Amino acid sequence: MIVGERKPVGEIWGMIKGFRKVLVFGCNTCVAVCFAGGEKEVGILASQIRMKAKQENVDMLVIEGAIERQCEHEFIAAAKDQIESADCVLSIACGAGIQFTGEDFPHKIILPGLNTTGINVVEQNGVFAERCQSCGDCVLHLTGGVCPISRCSKSILNGPCGGSHDGKCEVNPEIPCGWQLIYDRLKLQGRLEILDEVIPAKDWRPSRDGGPRKIIREDLQE
Amino acid sequence: MPEAAVETVEKREPQTVRAAEKFEPNIVAFCCHYCAFAAADLAGVMRLQYPANTKIIRIPCTGKIDIIYLLRAFEKGADGVFVAGCLEGNCHFMKGNIVARKRVEYTKKLIKDVGIEPERLEMYNLSSAMGPRFAEIAREFTSKIKEIGPSPLRPKRAG
Repeated sequence: MIVGERKPVGEIWGMIKGFRKVLVFGCNTCVAVCFAGGEKEVGILASQIRMKAKQENVDMLVIEGAIERQCEHEFIAAAKDQIESADCVLSIACGAGIQFTGEDFPHKIILPGLNTTGINVVEQNGVFAERCQSCGDCVLHLTGGVCPISRCSKSILNGPCGGSHDGKCEVNPEIPCGWQLIYDRLKLQGRLEILDEVIPAKDWRPSRDGGPRKIIREDLQE
Repeated sequence: MPEAAVETVEKREPQTVRAAEKFEPNIVAFCCHYCAFAAADLAGVMRLQYPANTKIIRIPCTGKIDIIYLLRAFEKGADGVFVAGCLEGNCHFMKGNIVARKRVEYTKKLIKDVGIEPERLEMYNLSSAMGPRFAEIAREFTSKIKEIGPSPLRPKRAG
């Protein structure tokens, strides 16, 4: 899922303190699952803002709202009245959701309350770890199902590098070496010969190097 | 009043003394049905004295505590909030009091972020047989909150 972390209250306060009516607007899909931007977190953030406003003697009305997905027109449209009624919308969806809400209501000020950090998995309760960087050209079949782009700090395609020590990365001893993970997995599967093949330089155009990406499915278009 | 005490009181700023004497904190206690609430009940049956500032809200288990309950209590004007559950290892629902403690710790950070002293929020553990301990907690916590002073969310008096 797409995960993010709530911005610090101080930073959020700096953005919203001049507005009279603020809508804290959540998204109940990805960022709700990582406990950062769903309906529940809307309640928490709104409460914090109200407490801050009271102490700062700022007359501010904080209202709360959340929709299923801020990355789809239909859902955003359902919150039209709430969005229109507010002086600014503090969205705690991912970066895509925040922008899309803004695209649907271009005359409204939409502010970010969340830092989107990546595509992660729930390693265990409360631990969300990165697994994919959406590079646009998956190589998992060449690496035993462990992604060298997201799990290796250098994203190298033929590793490990000299910074791999006892299975850990030199960047931080708490990060497992991505290429050690790849080696271990292939060894377990008895497919180490895959590593004999050198992976050629990656074409980064399907990633961000080719500019903003768009997928068009004509069969789905109206 | 002993002479020394009179002297100390007089030496202090008269206004401060008046404010400290007047301030009666609002304290909300979320108590679990099986232990802390029963302990509070026992304290009553035992006719133990404790400050009337503590307003008890009974919850089925401290595991039912949601961060937003704690925040709302402060938002609505509580000067202090405490959560009281079963002794660790003795939760009626296995580990409700363990998750509650984590939530309380997390909520302390949330209130600190908005300028409210984290000491205004605490977690206690006690069994249903510990009536005197409940009275003691209520006394301890009330005097601690009195020391910290009114919540910054209370309306400021003019002048």
